[in-house]
Amino acid sequence: MNSTILWMIIGMGIVTYIPRMLPFVALSGINLPPFFQAVLKNVPYATLGALIVPGIFTIHEDLWFGIIGAVVAFGVAYLGANVIVVVISAILALSMYSFLF
Amino acid sequence: MTTTLVMKRPSEFRQGLQSGIAIAIGYMPIALTFGLLAKTTGLSISETVLMSMIVFAGASQYISLSLLAIGTAAFEIILATFIVNIRHFLMSASLNEKAEHDHPFKKALYAFGITDETFSVAATKEGTVTTGYLFGVTSISYGSWVVFSGIGHAIGASLPSTLQEAMSVALYAMFVGLLVPSMKKHRKVVILAAFAAILNTIFIQVLSVGWSIVLATVISACVVELVSQKLGKEGQNHE
Repeated sequence: MNSTILWMIIGMGIVTYIPRMLPFVALSGINLPPFFQAVLKNVPYATLGALIVPGIFTIHEDLWFGIIGAVVAFGVAYLGANVIVVVISAILALSMYSFLF
Repeated sequence: MTTTLVMKRPSEFRQGLQSGIAIAIGYMPIALTFGLLAKTTGLSISETVLMSMIVFAGASQYISLSLLAIGTAAFEIILATFIVNIRHFLMSASLNEKAEHDHPFKKALYAFGITDETFSVAATKEGTVTTGYLFGVTSISYGSWVVFSGIGHAIGASLPSTLQEAMSVALYAMFVGLLVPSMKKHRKVVILAAFAAILNTIFIQVLSVGWSIVLATVISACVVELVSQKLGKEGQNHE
C-alpha cells in the first residue's frame, strides 16, 4: 500500500470523525438554553429540505428524472407508505421511464 | 400493557437495522461506483476499502478521487474533506439532544456512523433514540458502504446503466419518505424544509455543497424559530 495514500486516508478519517464526535462528547449532560434546543430540534427538517433540493433535480442530465422521482416519492410518502416503499416506488418509476424513453 | 409492548417490540438494535435498510439500498449504487472510480483513479482494492472503512463519507470520498486524479497534495485533500464534512457537526449536535443519555464513550463510538442519511433516519424517528437503535442504523449503513465499495473495485463495474440511473434517486426518495410524515403533522416542518430548500438552491450557486447546506440549515432553523416564537406569544402554543 502506498504510504502517502495511507496517511491521506487516515487524515481524512480524523477530520471527518471530529465534527461527528465532538458535539456528542462536549455537549454530553449539558442543558443548552431553550432557544438553542428549539433550533437544534428544527435542524433535521431544515437539513432534509436542503438535502433534497436542489440535489434531486441533478441526478440526471434529463431534468424529468428528478421531477418524476420527486413527484412519485412525495406522492407515495403522502399516502402514508413506509420509507422502503417510497424508495422502491421511485426506483421503479424511473426504471419504467428510462425503459420507455 | 407495558409488558406486551416490551415483549412485542424487537430489540432496539434490530429496529435500528430495519430502519437502516433503506440507507443500505441507497448506498449500494453509490458505493459500487465509488469502488469503480477508485480503481480507475489508481487506488488498490485495499486502499479503496480502507478509505470506506476509515472515512465513511460518500461526498468527500468522491471529491478525494477527483483531486487525486489531478495530482492534488494530500494535505489539500484532507482540508477539502474537513470542509465538506463539517456539516456533520450540526447534525451531531442536533441528534445529541434527542439521543438517550449514555456514556460519552458509547456516544463517541456511534458518532463515527453519523452521515446525512443515518442522521436523517434517526432524527425523524418519534421520541428518544436509544444507543442500540443508533448502533443498528449505523452498522447496516456502514456495512453496505464498505462491502459495496470493495465489490465495485473487484468487479470493476457498477450496475447496468438503466438500473444505476434509476437507483440514483434512492437516497433522495428516502429523504422525502422521512420528511413527509412530519410535514403532514406540523406546518412548521413544511416551512423549515421549504425555506432551507430555497436557501440551499441559492447558496449552492456560490458556495461549496458543504457550506451551502450548513448555512441554509442554520438560517432556516433560526429564522423559523424566531418567527414561530413571536407568533406563539400572540396565540398560545406553536408546537
